[in-house]
Amino acid sequence: MSSFFLPAATLWQRELIRFWRQKSRVMGVVASPLVFWLLIGYGSNDLARFYAGSLVLTVMFSAIFSTISIIEDRREGFLLSMLVSPAPRTSLVLGKILGAATLAWIQGLIFLAFAPLAGVSIGLLDILPVAGAIFLISFTLTGLGFVIAWKMNSTSGFHAIMNLLLVPMWMVSGSLFPMATAHGWVKAIMWINPLTYSIALLTHVLRLPNAFPGALESLIVTAAFGLVLLLASGVMAGQKATRSAA
Amino acid sequence: MIQVQNLTHRYGDRVALANVNFEVKKGEIFGLLGPNGGGKSTLFRILSTMMVPTEGRTMIAGYDVTQNPAEVRRHVGVVFQTQSLDKALTVEENLRSQGHLHGLSGATLRERMARAMERLGIADRRKDLVETLSGGLRRRVEIAKALLHRPQVLLMDEASTGLDPAARRDLSRHVEDLRDHEGVTILLTTHILEEADRCDRLALLHQGKIVAHGSPGELRSRIGGDVVVLETGDTQSLAGRIEQRFHVQPNVVDGHLRVEIPNGHRFITEVVEAFPGSIESVGLHKPTLEDVFVRETGASIE
Repeated sequence: MSSFFLPAATLWQRELIRFWRQKSRVMGVVASPLVFWLLIGYGSNDLARFYAGSLVLTVMFSAIFSTISIIEDRREGFLLSMLVSPAPRTSLVLGKILGAATLAWIQGLIFLAFAPLAGVSIGLLDILPVAGAIFLISFTLTGLGFVIAWKMNSTSGFHAIMNLLLVPMWMVSGSLFPMATAHGWVKAIMWINPLTYSIALLTHVLRLPNAFPGALESLIVTAAFGLVLLLASGVMAGQKATRSAA
Repeated sequence: MIQVQNLTHRYGDRVALANVNFEVKKGEIFGLLGPNGGGKSTLFRILSTMMVPTEGRTMIAGYDVTQNPAEVRRHVGVVFQTQSLDKALTVEENLRSQGHLHGLSGATLRERMARAMERLGIADRRKDLVETLSGGLRRRVEIAKALLHRPQVLLMDEASTGLDPAARRDLSRHVEDLRDHEGVTILLTTHILEEADRCDRLALLHQGKIVAHGSPGELRSRIGGDVVVLETGDTQSLAGRIEQRFHVQPNVVDGHLRVEIPNGHRFITEVVEAFPGSIESVGLHKPTLEDVFVRETGASIE
């Protein structure tokens, strides 16, 4: 038992210590979606409309930032030293993803402090579902980052994927325009985009307008997507190498 | 402690290891010496369970590396060429994290950490961030980290890369100390002759093959006598004339002629007198591992 949870816990803790020692990271991750949100929100005189999307963007940036460190760990050799330990690969993956998800979650919660600007008031009873939804989204996006980063050899490759896949995915997730007003094939993409359900979930728990699809579907799809990514990460990390591992 | 039998590895068509066989005995320091690209890294990856070989069998501490990697990992400590420490963490935090990966915790872990840090002489730096340590100290932390689970075997890949000669000698002393006081069997890869000379036994690896093995002394004694190095304007013609007259076969290495010969000092006077004007400089030395490598492969290590 301890041989599974101890390695996961130590990797989780490592993420938190590293984060704590580089506080400038928080600024970088929270500041850009915040500036973005304030500009577009004030400009269109509708801060509330872009709030959920901007919070998810914060979480996404943080998740990406944390999973990029997998590539750095690989280049440095930290990853190798984990892989030659007897710790189960699944426990290493879980520790890494939970650690990075926790950081994304914390940064999402920091963004939550700006909710009153969007006219959102969060009652005491709302805190639990809101925090829970943000954690679930953090976990899912970290899993996505992990699956992408695992096979990558360079951080520049990761940036390319971020610009070509993750940012467009975010754009057509209901963060900028609601699904109801979308046209043709973009609407179809929104239906199959898992992020659409993440944004909808957050919009529901924050009681913001334009929450679509429904709360239950959104929760199920987001959770299922997270689970699939976790399993995929576990399988990828468990594969035996016949070529160079580093 | 380590048995490698008929080990072959191919990357596509390229043969990286060709039928490699050797054995490492308990409590010895065994070196794999060879140039970069000679197959050391591939061999190291296989030994450290990071890669599955195309063919062959490797046993460490009684366990098959391919069949039972999990058990091998419990008995082997690995120091990689690339730094595996987290620079943003302290020495102690790095060690504790590694201990946790091996399922160690509480008083046992504290005691193991204290002992490893004591043994490697880094106890006074335990609270320091790794990024503030020198290269030599970092390597020692790496070794301490690899020893926490009390492995029977320590594998080290080019551990002294990037260290100055003093730090390198210091590292070698610590490694010998582990052999003498902790009974650890050590396998290391290197392309540095001085480091190889301090090993108990060596295998010379060239183009995926083991071209020679034995103790450094045994290997050197393969060269009967001395090595004379001649610098000349025309290596080919001088080589031919020397062969005709002295019945020895000179090697041409890096534009110089190398001659292995007993009583080198006498040969020097004779060769200089025999071919006046065609020799620009003369050097004489006792055989080194480099000479052995040149003799076996025709190529130099560096």
